[in-house]
Amino acid sequence: MNHLPVLPILIPMLAGALILLLERRGIIVQRIVAWTSILALLVVAGLLVDRAGEGGLSVYLIGDWPARLGIALLVDRVAALMVMTTSLLAVASLLYACANWDRRALHFHALFQLQLAGLNGAFLTGDLFNLFVFFEVLLIASYGLMLSGGRSLRMRAGLHYVVFNIMASTLFLIALGLLYGLTGTLNMAEMAARVAADPADQAIIRSASAILLIVFCSKAALLPLYLWLPETYSRTPAAVVALFTVMTKLGVYAVLRVYTLVFAAGAGESASWVWPWLLGAGVITLVLASLGVLAGRTLRGTVAYLVIASAATLFIAISMHTGASIGAGLYYLAHSTFVTAALYLIVDLVRRQRGALADRLAASAPMPQRTLLGLLFLIGAVSVAGLPPLSGFIGKLALLGSVPADQVWWIWATILITSLMTVVALSRVGSQIFWRGQNDPVDPATTRPTAPRRLEVAAAIMLLGFGIVLTVAAAPILDYTAAAGAQILATDEYLDQVRATLPLLRAPSP
Amino acid sequence: MMELALASGIGVLTAAGVYLLLRARTFDVILGLTLLSYATNLLIFSAGRLAVGKPPVLRPELAENLQNHTDPLPQALVLTAIVIAFAMTAVTIVVAMRSRSDNRSDHVDARKPGCDA
Repeated sequence: MNHLPVLPILIPMLAGALILLLERRGIIVQRIVAWTSILALLVVAGLLVDRAGEGGLSVYLIGDWPARLGIALLVDRVAALMVMTTSLLAVASLLYACANWDRRALHFHALFQLQLAGLNGAFLTGDLFNLFVFFEVLLIASYGLMLSGGRSLRMRAGLHYVVFNIMASTLFLIALGLLYGLTGTLNMAEMAARVAADPADQAIIRSASAILLIVFCSKAALLPLYLWLPETYSRTPAAVVALFTVMTKLGVYAVLRVYTLVFAAGAGESASWVWPWLLGAGVITLVLASLGVLAGRTLRGTVAYLVIASAATLFIAISMHTGASIGAGLYYLAHSTFVTAALYLIVDLVRRQRGALADRLAASAPMPQRTLLGLLFLIGAVSVAGLPPLSGFIGKLALLGSVPADQVWWIWATILITSLMTVVALSRVGSQIFWRGQNDPVDPATTRPTAPRRLEVAAAIMLLGFGIVLTVAAAPILDYTAAAGAQILATDEYLDQVRATLPLLRAPSP
Repeated sequence: MMELALASGIGVLTAAGVYLLLRARTFDVILGLTLLSYATNLLIFSAGRLAVGKPPVLRPELAENLQNHTDPLPQALVLTAIVIAFAMTAVTIVVAMRSRSDNRSDHVDARKPGCDA
């Protein structure tokens, strides 16, 4: 039996437990375990992508129970791609943290591994309750990562974040209780079959799934539910927030997975009810987030709105709901995760060069590392705004190309105008930070900022490098994501595969 | 009658929970979250339908159907949900206490005492 699908969850979970045991042995031992785990994770993610790329869909039964009774993991192209993106992002975050931050934050390495276990589990699971459990695992780890070593204002932002997410989890449970009561299963593929077979309860099933949608959209920071994000992300340490950028994408992924699979074309009245709503909300969120980028008064706040804008663009992509648009969206997802994480790291480096001014947007005396940081910021800004020649351009091009003809006018207008707003905002930020104030006297408080550590710069360059790889290898990656988009829409295959996967050791129960 | 009692119980707990959640003190907010989690647990429990005196595990002398047994899955789900809710309440209390001692106020926005609403 091939246990590959469960490894992305087991490896970090075991490493996290091991690190907790070894914490007294010093930071070096912890780093060794953390790096071993993450390199193993990269290898496993590579194997998963390779295997999923052949087109197969694999279902793994945890504990050898049949899928309708137990928990099933589901590996398709989309899930493999998400695990790969997370692992690559984790390498860069860990590199950044190993420069110094991990000495100051208590239990950093253990929590980091548990967060990875939660993320990978949420991407791989094919069971709704299991999705809830992995959401909790990653949220609990994220509370620890965000608040470890925190003081005053970070505690306040943390309290909001914790309470908001517990509320969302409560709604998640309410939705699950209702859906289980109505359909009698929690496996997504089985639920799809039962929704289709049950025309009488369509309205109440839709209401229950709308509660679920609110939960996912609050994670993904869609329209009315994004207000928590800028403050939280601005107060989170850079190495951690770089990993958090994939959490908004997790919300988008959950929407894509659940609402494509459960409310497939065959689901009668409820088929695809969610997409027109999401398209509208995505467009409005994109406009508001771009205004937020324009109005930003701090560097980290500006990047936070860029994160919201990228999640909104993804919502537009998935809610057009064709194979091509989902494929373009998946490419954009990988790109935007890497580039926003890179911007968070760069902004953190800039902030530390500016003494008391920190990350407020105001002219300051020249920074010692102006050329290097300016160049990194330039690459990140060009990429995130979608200017040629970097990955943002290719992502947006593929997305614009996949818009159905009858919706071209308003979606093109929104995406192009908001891109222009981003360009304007980022040029303003860049010129204010790197060019203005060159003749100002040097502020004594900022005279001797410590130079950025090599590992930290390397982590930022690595994330930008992922973007460049996405640009250079755009053709094979776009082929892969387009195939992933087509695969996730072929929902009959999922149900067949889930039902065809039988326990190996256990006699099938009646 | 049992359904009415359970539904009213869930409704009252939810209403009280939402009211407390909207208040400005962290202590009230935590109590509100606790009440909401009780309401949720009851709701999940009721997803398996209400039945009195029926076992959740198979017994040889009874036919294997839902007329003779209760659905065991919601009970397992509730157990998971209870554990997670307990852990989360503990986390919130720690964060709230830390926020209070750092910011010298248990207002959710950590404003100074005297200028809060």
